[in-house]
Amino acid sequence: MLFTVTIGLVIACLLVPFGKFFRNNKSIVLALVPFMLFCYFLQKIPEISSGRVLFESTSWVPALGVNLGFRLDGLSLLFALLITGVGTLIFIYASAYLKGHAYLDRFFGYLLLFMSSMLGLVLSNNIILLFIFWELTSISSFFLIGFNNTDDESRRSALTALSVTGLGGLFLLAGLVWAGSLADSYSLGDILNHADTIRGSVYYPVILLLFLAGAFTKSAQFPFHFWLPAAMKAPTPVSAYLHSATMVKAGIFLLARFTPVLGGTMLWQWTLMGVGGFTMLYASLLSLSKRDLKSLLAYSTVSALGVLTFLLGMGTDYAVIAACIFLLAHALYKAPLFLVTGIIDHETGTRDLTRLSGLGRVLWPVALAGGLAALSGAGLPFTLGFIGKDLIYESTLHYKPLWAWYFTGVAIVTNVGLVAAAFLAGVRPFTGREREEYRQVHLPGAGFWVPPLLLAVLGLVSGVFPGWTGAHLAEPAVKSIFQQYIPVQLKVWHGFNLVFILSLGTLATGLVVYFINTPGFRRWEFISVLERIRPGVVFGRMYIRTKQVAAAYTNFFHDGYLRSYIIKIILFAEALLIYEVYRGGPFRIDFSKLSPVRFYDIAIVFILVGALYKTLKTSSRLTAVVCMSIVGYAICLLFVIYSAPDLAMTQFTIDTLTVVLFVLVLYRLPPFLKVKALKVMVRDAAISILFGVLLAIICLRVLMEPARYNISDFYAKYAYTLGKGRNVVNVILVDFRGFDTMFEIVVLSVAAIGVYSLLKLRLKASEKE
Amino acid sequence: MRSTILQTASQYLLPILLLFSFFLLIRGHYSPGGGFVGGLVASIAFVLHSFANGVENTMRIIRYKPLSLIPIGLGISTASMLVPVFFRKPVMTSLWVPDQIPVFGNVGTTLFFDIGVYLLVVGVVLTILFTISLFSE
Repeated sequence: MLFTVTIGLVIACLLVPFGKFFRNNKSIVLALVPFMLFCYFLQKIPEISSGRVLFESTSWVPALGVNLGFRLDGLSLLFALLITGVGTLIFIYASAYLKGHAYLDRFFGYLLLFMSSMLGLVLSNNIILLFIFWELTSISSFFLIGFNNTDDESRRSALTALSVTGLGGLFLLAGLVWAGSLADSYSLGDILNHADTIRGSVYYPVILLLFLAGAFTKSAQFPFHFWLPAAMKAPTPVSAYLHSATMVKAGIFLLARFTPVLGGTMLWQWTLMGVGGFTMLYASLLSLSKRDLKSLLAYSTVSALGVLTFLLGMGTDYAVIAACIFLLAHALYKAPLFLVTGIIDHETGTRDLTRLSGLGRVLWPVALAGGLAALSGAGLPFTLGFIGKDLIYESTLHYKPLWAWYFTGVAIVTNVGLVAAAFLAGVRPFTGREREEYRQVHLPGAGFWVPPLLLAVLGLVSGVFPGWTGAHLAEPAVKSIFQQYIPVQLKVWHGFNLVFILSLGTLATGLVVYFINTPGFRRWEFISVLERIRPGVVFGRMYIRTKQVAAAYTNFFHDGYLRSYIIKIILFAEALLIYEVYRGGPFRIDFSKLSPVRFYDIAIVFILVGALYKTLKTSSRLTAVVCMSIVGYAICLLFVIYSAPDLAMTQFTIDTLTVVLFVLVLYRLPPFLKVKALKVMVRDAAISILFGVLLAIICLRVLMEPARYNISDFYAKYAYTLGKGRNVVNVILVDFRGFDTMFEIVVLSVAAIGVYSLLKLRLKASEKE
Repeated sequence: MRSTILQTASQYLLPILLLFSFFLLIRGHYSPGGGFVGGLVASIAFVLHSFANGVENTMRIIRYKPLSLIPIGLGISTASMLVPVFFRKPVMTSLWVPDQIPVFGNVGTTLFFDIGVYLLVVGVVLTILFTISLFSE
């Protein structure tokens, strides 16, 4: 399973050098990647539906208990199929939709990155790994939302989405680590086994809330829902893929995955049902007041996510089965609706419902896809949506008697909104009178309308033969949510009972709402009142304030004078050192312990002081630089005498290069400023003397303190046996602390690239003049 | 300000210094030296040459842009880190060729890590210095 996650990442990396090849017509080839993975997961269905769970593990950072552990059970398989299946069609659609875009290769790179991290998220069997992939989905979503990076609005919504989901991710990390430390393992299997320990712990409410913060932000539950409608700035394939079919369901996945660990308590039930119930009702009503097709669909997606949270919170057999089926049904009708909207937008240049009508004649395959998707979304009999809706009513009606009717009522109102929204998006633009301004609209290529049509037909087929879907997709998923076997038998026809009447009633009311909700109808504006209770405004204010503080902070510290930077840095270091000296309390210097002063030392110190004096007194910058380098070389000599050849060598070369650097920029610097003002001289002298004295105190202190030789002993002992080297310094650098070196050289490269690009940019600018 | 003596000397010093830097790199695991110092010495060799003959001439000797050494060095180091993964060992486990190799001694992934550091340091120093010196002209 490792390869399913890495293959996308590898290809995304390969797109950096070879992306140009795919920029034109060949980008459709990339759809083979998700398609291949889809086939891989398809052939796993029989094995998983027979009740097996596949594991795979590669050690990664064993010291931290983090392994590349993957598990394929019913729940991950359902998600993996959605990710790769919808992904294949999205890839095909996107290569048509963004044809000729200058950064098409980059787009597919991000998309592959997203797909891989999403797969990693649903497959991971290690919670730290799960978190890494969780964050990667947020990051790739950030790039995809802000894909039109010249648009200010789309950059802002990308940042909003990243901050909201990223913040939730941090809470999730805390929750995961906490749960992991209670179970004493980061492996998901161990945590599932220690479910009772975690549920019985005093910290359970805190852990639960941390998890929920992660899940609710990701799955756009009220009050964090506002980032999702804003994320609709992304290109439409992204909205269809990430923001309706897959990524936003990561939160739902998390809830489902941890149901056996955290679920079943009163706190779990009421929080999830409360938040989910409110979100589904609120978003469903709000969606009806929207006139922009994409934001209509966005709110209806938020509502569907609310339904899923609500169902998982309820936690009964019926509810969890309903959640699995509704999850599938929703992906199969919402993604095509988004894609259809994208086609309409692409061909007519508008997504405004009040200006769209009568497109059905020209765009007939698109209309067919939209109509079928709308039927499934509305829950007409013989569609998967119908079965999903049935199961939702079954689960609310079978809940505790006192609450059953309230819940059913809420579910009915929500579903009426969803029905009307599905029809508005999938049918309205294609019916009605044909418009003059859309005369020249023509049917786009097959790459556009085949993917939505295929998805919509799939929603229909799986509705006609629900037995297979139930037994092979839903049943294993339900099994992994409950960790026990629960039979799932879906039928097209449940008989003429209360649930059926409710379903028909919902459909009829939804249709009435659809017909009332004409472009001219203004009465719905009372619903817009709901929009006033949105935390998005608060978030926007926080965003502006953060930027103001950052600007003020930068202006204070970044005044453009090198000397002022150095003063600030040194003063800060001095403050730390003073604190350290103060904390350490008084100490006594035992001169007898110090090594005797030799002739060499005196000579070197003599040179050092002379060079320093000359540095201060000279009136030429070049002399000052040379004198400073003499100071450096003198220190190197000290290193040599006190047997630190490695240090001396490095210091020596660095000093040489510093002088060279200085000489190079010498002519660029402003004229040498001989400081005359007494005030400045006193200030600088005070700061530098204090710094020197503090460092001297610290050094003496280090010598006096009883040394702890554990670390140096360890290195000296194991350098040869483990690192196979006699030069301990080098063994530490390349072996024991190799990661540090790795990061250091990365920092070096960043610095070099920074210098290069800054100067090159200025060179180019001056060349233009 | 071209000095003939310096020009002539730098012609001979460049290969000697480069050889010395390579020597430092190889012996690093047993005696003072290592990729970092080796890289610094090598870049000093080039800098000396550029002082005598001008940056353009030195660039001609190197042939490639120093900037391109950075990704190569970083790539070698990263690759040497990742090699153990293919042997089903955690990242950065040092692997060794079992037999001693003349001149080099024990050869393992850490040597390649050091070679990466060496190339990267040369790339970084030369990029910074040459860019600045071209800029100051």
